[in-house]
Amino acid sequence: MAVIRSVRRSPLAIAMGLGSAKTGAAQWWAERVTAIALVPLTVWFVAAIIAHSGSDYLSVISWLRSPLTASLMVLLLIHVFYHSALGLQVVIEDYVHSGARFAAVIAVRLGCFGLAVLGIVDVLRVAFGGGPG
Amino acid sequence: MDSDPTVHIDPAARPRPLSPNIQIYRPQLTSVLSIANRITGVILSLGAVGLVIWLGAASAGPRAFGAVRGIVGSWGGQIVLAGCTFAYFLHLCGGLRHLAWDTVHGFELRTIYISGWAVVAASIGLTLAAWLASLFVAG
Repeated sequence: MAVIRSVRRSPLAIAMGLGSAKTGAAQWWAERVTAIALVPLTVWFVAAIIAHSGSDYLSVISWLRSPLTASLMVLLLIHVFYHSALGLQVVIEDYVHSGARFAAVIAVRLGCFGLAVLGIVDVLRVAFGGGPG
Repeated sequence: MDSDPTVHIDPAARPRPLSPNIQIYRPQLTSVLSIANRITGVILSLGAVGLVIWLGAASAGPRAFGAVRGIVGSWGGQIVLAGCTFAYFLHLCGGLRHLAWDTVHGFELRTIYISGWAVVAASIGLTLAAWLASLFVAG
């Protein structure tokens, strides 16, 4: 196995563990890091939503306004949409073989980052805004 | 047979068979869970759009929040939410299995099937537990 690999790749390339594109590992790594962050963040979120089953507007707002909730929600949005952007990009690259692939990858990236910003601004509006609660 | 060998055909232009050939590929736990992890990932991405809509309604005020709450609380909304809950737990458990594989553990065929069925059982169990807890809290 090592012999075959050394024929196809230089010793330096094997030592550095990089493919011809040189950048694939960063995406793979970011997908794992966001996945690890999402384990506690999503478990917290699902548990909190369950705890607020049937809650009215004011109790949800007062929960969202707490600094801990707002901070965790912002972190959740960042990791959810970064992880989504990376995962959806891989799905598109695997299944879309037409010229639409390029446009789809860009649309997914812009859409995910845009949605993350929208969500974060909403959380901050609730946390810092006046209004009821 | 249908092409003149003397005519140059660009190899990249010919339709190539895709692997795996899903028309003749027998579904197995391993392959089903593999594609399920992708499908649930796409579903959860759509669910995340719902999360942003819900947060937008919360920041817009009680009327908008009430409207979204009404949609989520409807039969259709509850079915979609239940689907998202199962998709979440399947993606979570499948994702933890992937993270374990990333540390080069659990690649024995027997271990792969044990962890695969554990993912299925845990996803169903956690989904039921989450909804029972939610119904208990809501009263």
